[in-house]
Amino acid sequence: MTAQNQTQKNIIVRILNMNTSGQSGGRSLPLWRQLLLQVLALAILASVMFPIMYIITMSLSSSERRPSQLQLIPKEISFVAYKQVLDRPTGNPVTFNELLRNSFVLSMGVGVVALGIAVSAAYAFSRFKFKMREVLMVLVFIPLLMPAVGLSTPLYLLLNQVQVKECKDGATAILPFTECADGSKGKLQFNLRDSLFGVGIAMTASALPFAVWNLKGYLDTIPRELEEAAAIDGADANQTFWQIVIPLAVPQLAVTFFLGFIGHWQEFVLTWLFLSQPKDYTLAMTLYNMTGQYANAIPWNRFAAMAVIVALPVAVVYIALQKNIVGGLTTGSVKG
Amino acid sequence: MAVVKSSFKKTKMMSAVLPYVYLLPAFLIMGVITFYPLIYQVIISFTNFESKHLLLGLKSPDLEFIGLKNYIDIFTAALPVENFNFFRVLEFNFWWALSNVILHVPAGVLIATLLNTEGLWFKRLYRAAYILPVVVPPLVVATVWTNIFDERYGAMNQLLTNISMTLFGGTGPVYIRWFEDVKPPIPGFLPGAPLTLAYYAMMIANFWLGWPFMSVVATGALQSIPKDLYEAASIDGATGSQQFWGITVPLLRPAMIPAAVYGFTLSFNLFNFVFFMTGGGPARSTELLVTFAYNLVRNLRWYGVAAAFAVIIFGVALVVFLITNRITRATQNYQEA
Repeated sequence: MTAQNQTQKNIIVRILNMNTSGQSGGRSLPLWRQLLLQVLALAILASVMFPIMYIITMSLSSSERRPSQLQLIPKEISFVAYKQVLDRPTGNPVTFNELLRNSFVLSMGVGVVALGIAVSAAYAFSRFKFKMREVLMVLVFIPLLMPAVGLSTPLYLLLNQVQVKECKDGATAILPFTECADGSKGKLQFNLRDSLFGVGIAMTASALPFAVWNLKGYLDTIPRELEEAAAIDGADANQTFWQIVIPLAVPQLAVTFFLGFIGHWQEFVLTWLFLSQPKDYTLAMTLYNMTGQYANAIPWNRFAAMAVIVALPVAVVYIALQKNIVGGLTTGSVKG
Repeated sequence: MAVVKSSFKKTKMMSAVLPYVYLLPAFLIMGVITFYPLIYQVIISFTNFESKHLLLGLKSPDLEFIGLKNYIDIFTAALPVENFNFFRVLEFNFWWALSNVILHVPAGVLIATLLNTEGLWFKRLYRAAYILPVVVPPLVVATVWTNIFDERYGAMNQLLTNISMTLFGGTGPVYIRWFEDVKPPIPGFLPGAPLTLAYYAMMIANFWLGWPFMSVVATGALQSIPKDLYEAASIDGATGSQQFWGITVPLLRPAMIPAAVYGFTLSFNLFNFVFFMTGGGPARSTELLVTFAYNLVRNLRWYGVAAAFAVIIFGVALVVFLITNRITRATQNYQEA
């Protein structure tokens, strides 16, 4: 009995304490252990796939009601829900293409702007020694400590004060810079807070410090020999930056951009707080809009179809870039 | 000769100014959209700013400076909000982040080790599939898991019913109200911040969400461990378990500690998931600092209180950062490294 226990314990120990180098040697895995590990891997796979299959199955159903029985393999394959979502995503008169465009413009815009500004700052922090370097670096990284929700109050209040109004006498006033001559309130034409542009500004505020941090970490790992060689050959700092550093940093630029893109694509906090007009809604907001207070009122198949549509593009790229993304996230902190 | 000298002088002057030129765009933009709002936030936090002050802002005639009242109200639970106690929320928030990381990191390492076994079939398939939880939008994850924990239709209660009927001879269906029950199942587990069933449900769901990232990080680190080390160890007669603790674990540490710190901060501010899954309920027992802050702005519209709360969150984050920075030293620059 004890001997048997001993062997059982040994098996577990041996499974958990395998050679972990991951380089394939000549030794092959004994079949019994292969099978055992396969069972384990499949069990994990099942637990990972369970919620995902649940959503996919629901999206392929033609019934709006939540399945009362647990169903993981679709019984019917109907694209009704997808068609409905693409034709008329919400009760509001806004088309799927408009939602997609809003999401895309917002994520792309914020990603590109943040990256463009961040890369030069990251370069300065990584390569130059100058007065106030430490102080300025702390200043840039301080906002990283603030969760997006934390900065939302002042941004909301400040952006909300920028408004374009049509006065009674036909003139246009841009608050807070100009006001209507007769002191009247005027008709609201545009509120920066309630626009995609305003949300974009708010999102950039939190995206920028992260981009600087992430890029600086990577630039620190690029050996300086190339730049030194370029300097000997007579290149000035600008040429080095554009012709040596930027090309070398392209993988990390892509990763930083994509990480930001995922975050902004799924962004909910700021968009839901700032935007009130259905024409400005994003895909993520529409998804939330579908889940009401009561589970029975949710059009489950359409919600699931929308979820698949929102998640799919991100999922495909993430899996393709998996290695770079994780490498990119950790280089900033691991080195040293 | 003189030409060379003057151009040398010029480059020297240039290189003194250059870093600031590179920094200028970032600081211009951040000045307007980050630093100014942060200062504005501090000012607002000393006022009774509400919806009626939205248009005129600080110029509103009836805006009052009320000193530290907002801060005192938050700390002494004097806000007219039910079931709100700042220190309980803070304690829960810390415990939530910590307990998540404690579970995710070892699970990630073990699963990465499993996937790193030589000659394991379908490795690539598993690696691709195991990353899926990371890419599903948080709202979808939360909705699916809310469904799984649904008291009547949920998979969890059905599973528990099956287990209780087949293994323990249970007679009726298991009917656990995961998100409504306010009575902590393990009383006194976390003194001062009772953990309701909703916490455990969230832990299970977030475990599903959290370990894959740790496993990807661990996989990368495992692959960079030279195989010779294991060969040398086994020649010296080290057992599998000795190799694991003596080689694998120490060599994984430099990669896993930053990942754990990252995971901690992520869980600490896990707004989306918590907001969508429990909304902080029941009775605010699963409220995080960020979800409460959101509530203050979006629903209650007490901008002054919200600003004070955000300043407090910032202070908490600063403390967390100083501690974690000690661990990772992420701000070390190239020259020092």
